[in-house]
Amino acid sequence: MRKVAVVGVGQTKFSGAQEKTGVELFAESAMDALSEASLKPKDIQALFLGNCLGDFTEGQGMVQAFAADNIGAFGIPANKYDGACASASMAIRDAFWWVASGFYDVVLAGGTERAATMGTSLATRTFAMFSDSRYEYPCGITFPGVFAMLAHLYSAKYGIPLEKLKEQMAVTSVQSHRYGMLNPRAHFHKEITIEKALGSPMVSQPLQLYDCCPFSDGAAAVVLTSEEKAKKLTNQPVYIIGIGQASAGPLANQQEYLPRIRAREISSKQAYEMAGLTPQDIDVCELHDCFSIASLIAAESLGFFDFGQAGEAWEKGEAAIGGKVAINPSGGLKAKGHPIGATGAGQVYEIVRQLRGECGERQVEGAKIGMTDTLGGDGGTLCNLILQRG
Amino acid sequence: MEYKLTFKEYNEALKKNKLLGLKCNSCAAITVPPKMVCRKCASPDMDIVELSGNGKIETFTTVYVAAEGREGEVPYIIVLVALDEGPWIMGNLIDIAPSKATMELIGRRVKMGHKVFCGDKYSAGDGARPLFSFET
Repeated sequence: MRKVAVVGVGQTKFSGAQEKTGVELFAESAMDALSEASLKPKDIQALFLGNCLGDFTEGQGMVQAFAADNIGAFGIPANKYDGACASASMAIRDAFWWVASGFYDVVLAGGTERAATMGTSLATRTFAMFSDSRYEYPCGITFPGVFAMLAHLYSAKYGIPLEKLKEQMAVTSVQSHRYGMLNPRAHFHKEITIEKALGSPMVSQPLQLYDCCPFSDGAAAVVLTSEEKAKKLTNQPVYIIGIGQASAGPLANQQEYLPRIRAREISSKQAYEMAGLTPQDIDVCELHDCFSIASLIAAESLGFFDFGQAGEAWEKGEAAIGGKVAINPSGGLKAKGHPIGATGAGQVYEIVRQLRGECGERQVEGAKIGMTDTLGGDGGTLCNLILQRG
Repeated sequence: MEYKLTFKEYNEALKKNKLLGLKCNSCAAITVPPKMVCRKCASPDMDIVELSGNGKIETFTTVYVAAEGREGEVPYIIVLVALDEGPWIMGNLIDIAPSKATMELIGRRVKMGHKVFCGDKYSAGDGARPLFSFET
């Protein structure tokens, strides 16, 4: 197996509804990623693209073929990945293997989505399609509903009074909004306070508006090459040194693990073992904070904090830049935004730039090892990547 | 291999207030909703059983923001219930105003009825779900 490097990354600004098409958004991020590595579209041997709702957002299926053609990567194989919000991470993981195996030297991966364009009503309906459609959707389950139930379960299981837990959850949102202010490509540039979060409209009890990430439009792209090729293209390669992916069935069937997400524990263990690292080695992590409570749940299963302790860790600044592990310096899904099929590639974009030391005011000083964590559905797909500065 | 208990059969039974599951002949675990194999040991050797529908609430939420087509239903309570036979199942809860749902619901004993979601343009037909109410 060959070492695989990220030699270029690109990301559009994540935003509310906009007029650029999914293909146009991806094309912009792809050309930026290629240009960083001084590569041309004709150098790309395959495209692996995350996109889960192109059919609902703009009536476009099979977007990957149009995307490859659009950027001038004529005739190459192009695959689409649907793992709900983890789609782009799956695409990057598979791109890794194709390069690691020696079959391809240069692969473009990423994702594109126009989740904001759908509007809240259709987006809520289509996101619910990533829960069990036959056995759970009839109950009216929504994505906030899933994590709302996990929040109550978390409170009960770890003996944290709900009022206390809600304050801890608000702290994660406040931190993400603070970092979003420092990220010019973030969806939101607005500071919030704990009081504002706790006073916002109820979405699905106990989750209020500021516990929830937005629906966003956006795209991101990553160019992967072999180590040999990378050394010729850049003096700042970032290597992918650990990968993991796992799946799970309906939410109710995950019963004995909840509020922990079993697929995350399988996936992250694979990634840590492959990298030969432990959670203590991670300097910076972009994790899947689709909801405030999801930040706590993810940080615990990734091994950064003890179960039931993550909220306190956030309050003490242990999850902040300069803390034990810098979590979501980009602003996370909460403030950077969540164009679902592109989100994993957006996480890799941030980690790569952190490891290259390019993040300005939100730079994690001396970051050498970074991790991404992307969750699809109610734990139905989970993907983790560990990256190291070359 | 033929599917032992399909969604169609499960759904028709639930519309008559009968909750069907599958009991594994290898490890005795109950699988609900039905699958091709046991959710614990992956054996396909299972028999259809009728479950009590009784259990206790493990967690809950009151939904205020609806999906397209279900605006008329909010607010409503969703619960995860641990059935007496072991499996957890998702359903809705009546007997309490949605705005009055608190952490005190967790641990409450419930019994099962049903309600049918009539379906929408994406759902390939209708689907019944458990509708729980307090046991006493």
